Amino acid sequence: MGKNKLAIFGLSVLVFFTALAIFAPVIAPYDPTEIVAEDTMGPSTQHWFGTDDYGRDIFSRAVYGARISLTVGLVAVSISISIGVLLGALAGYFGGWTDSLIMRFVDVMLSFPSIFLILTIQAMLTPNIYNVMVVIGITSWMGVARLVRGEYLKIRELSYVEAARAIGCSNKRIIFRHILPNAQAPIIVAATLGMAGAILTESALSFLGMGVQPPMPSWGNMLMDAQAYMRDAPWMAVIPGLLILITVLSLYFIGEGLREKSDVRS
Amino acid sequence: MLEVKNLSTYFKQGDSTVKAVDNVSFSVAKGEILGLVGESGSGKSTIAHSILKLIPASASVSGEIIFENRNLLQLAEPELIKIRGSKISMIFQDPFTSLNPVLTIGEQIAEVLRFHQGMNRQQARDRAIELLETVRIRNSGLRVRDYPHQFSGGMQQRVMIAIALACEPEFLIADEPTTALDVTIQAEILRLIVELKEKFNLGIMYITHNFGIVKNICQRVVVLNKGRVVEEGETGQIFSNPQQAYTQRLIECLRVLTHPPTPSLSKRGGGVLSADGGELL
Ligand SMILES: Nc1ncnc2c1ncn2[C@@H]1O[C@H](COP(=O)(O)OP(=O)(O)OP(=O)(O)O)[C@@H](O)[C@H]1O
Ligand SMILES: [Mg+2]
Repeated sequence: MGKNKLAIFGLSVLVFFTALAIFAPVIAPYDPTEIVAEDTMGPSTQHWFGTDDYGRDIFSRAVYGARISLTVGLVAVSISISIGVLLGALAGYFGGWTDSLIMRFVDVMLSFPSIFLILTIQAMLTPNIYNVMVVIGITSWMGVARLVRGEYLKIRELSYVEAARAIGCSNKRIIFRHILPNAQAPIIVAATLGMAGAILTESALSFLGMGVQPPMPSWGNMLMDAQAYMRDAPWMAVIPGLLILITVLSLYFIGEGLREKSDVRS
Repeated sequence: MLEVKNLSTYFKQGDSTVKAVDNVSFSVAKGEILGLVGESGSGKSTIAHSILKLIPASASVSGEIIFENRNLLQLAEPELIKIRGSKISMIFQDPFTSLNPVLTIGEQIAEVLRFHQGMNRQQARDRAIELLETVRIRNSGLRVRDYPHQFSGGMQQRVMIAIALACEPEFLIADEPTTALDVTIQAEILRLIVELKEKFNLGIMYITHNFGIVKNICQRVVVLNKGRVVEEGETGQIFSNPQQAYTQRLIECLRVLTHPPTPSLSKRGGGVLSADGGELL
């Protein structure tokens, strides 16, 4: 009940932010990289969220930042879901040495604290938005792989999988057409929660200067810019901080709502 | 048309091996229904799975399964895929769990037509509707869009039969297809199977532990116990004169199940069994 309402709230927020991101050029009153004021200024009717240390409009930067943050989250989670589903499905469906090999690889990947793994890989690459998405994607699929493996282990024993084999379906067809749709509920939940994680990681990376590079705005690097002005211009930190918080919470609410719904059904 | 020769299927379980099927031989002719009978765990399903090589790779399968002059046990997977569901089909005990819950009835019938007969989406759909009519599902044009849970158990088994017969196979394996159904529905499904056998001149291997069904539809019976054939012959002969105590016991079970002993029926006689037979068909 309560979770359901939160999930709907989360979904509305996300739809709203997505609309902001898509229509950013129409919505943002200023160019996000253009200097439009003399100095840092607090919120006013002209600059709703104030201006930053360079005199750029924070509202416009936040709107364009939504574009970057949501895109990074979406692409990164697509990468991690693709890898996780593929490896988890192979491990769970075939079992035996395929399973052992893949699951040992998962264990190895999990044995590195992920932020170090990400920072190490990221340090070797030029920090730009594309690398951020790929690096987050390839370091966050392990949970999905474990989850999907479990689903496949369970489903491959069911009668309809046997029936599919008896009508001449190939393994590939069974894996993708017969089992995958039956495992989709937990995968969607994992994707929602994973997107929240990816957005946080992007912010952390950008905050450390290893993510999205200025002057391109992301919520994470807006926070980084704000560090030096916490006392004089707190709005510089509050705005992107709140946006990250609200987005991540919304995704969690959606994920939890979906999880509850699929638990009730099964 | 299908000949099983010295089939043995062993499963490894830890250090021991389970001889699920042990040197079994029999054959099924065109237009014939062969009953495969035995208690639970006697290896009936394992024989069915061995015929289509739906056995885990860790198990050892030896012997020969001759179908259209080829030994199925020696075929590679790509060849087997062409035979499964097209020349040899199978129906299962529980139709509800044998249908994929997320695909529509139409999609599931169409699937087998599309990859065995290369039909396009539209052709396969039209044929699926025809097939639903063949297995007597009313409003088939609308019902192709339904999901399995919208069908009753009997209708689900009809759908399974439609899928099995979609590519006009020559051989059908039925693994206790009526066990999960109500008695009245059982009779309908049995009638349908017999009717379709006549229509398509199918050879059928019918697995059951119910001698009543055997008596009704099978021309010949193979009785299995612990993976071995203990008795084989014409249905009438086995019934009137079972050679093995095990077979007698299975027949006795049926008598007790369908007619619990009452003082007036305490004597064993053919009348009890034929009364049961009369009810079904
Ligand atoms: N995949 C498997 N791994 C190990 N043992 C198996 C496997 N499949 C079947 N067995 C064993 O083989 C024996 C025969 O099983 P099978 O399922 O063929 O019996 P059945 O005659 O079909 O019984 P039921 O009437 O209960 O369906 C049983 O002892 C069973 O435990
Ligand atoms: Mg069985």
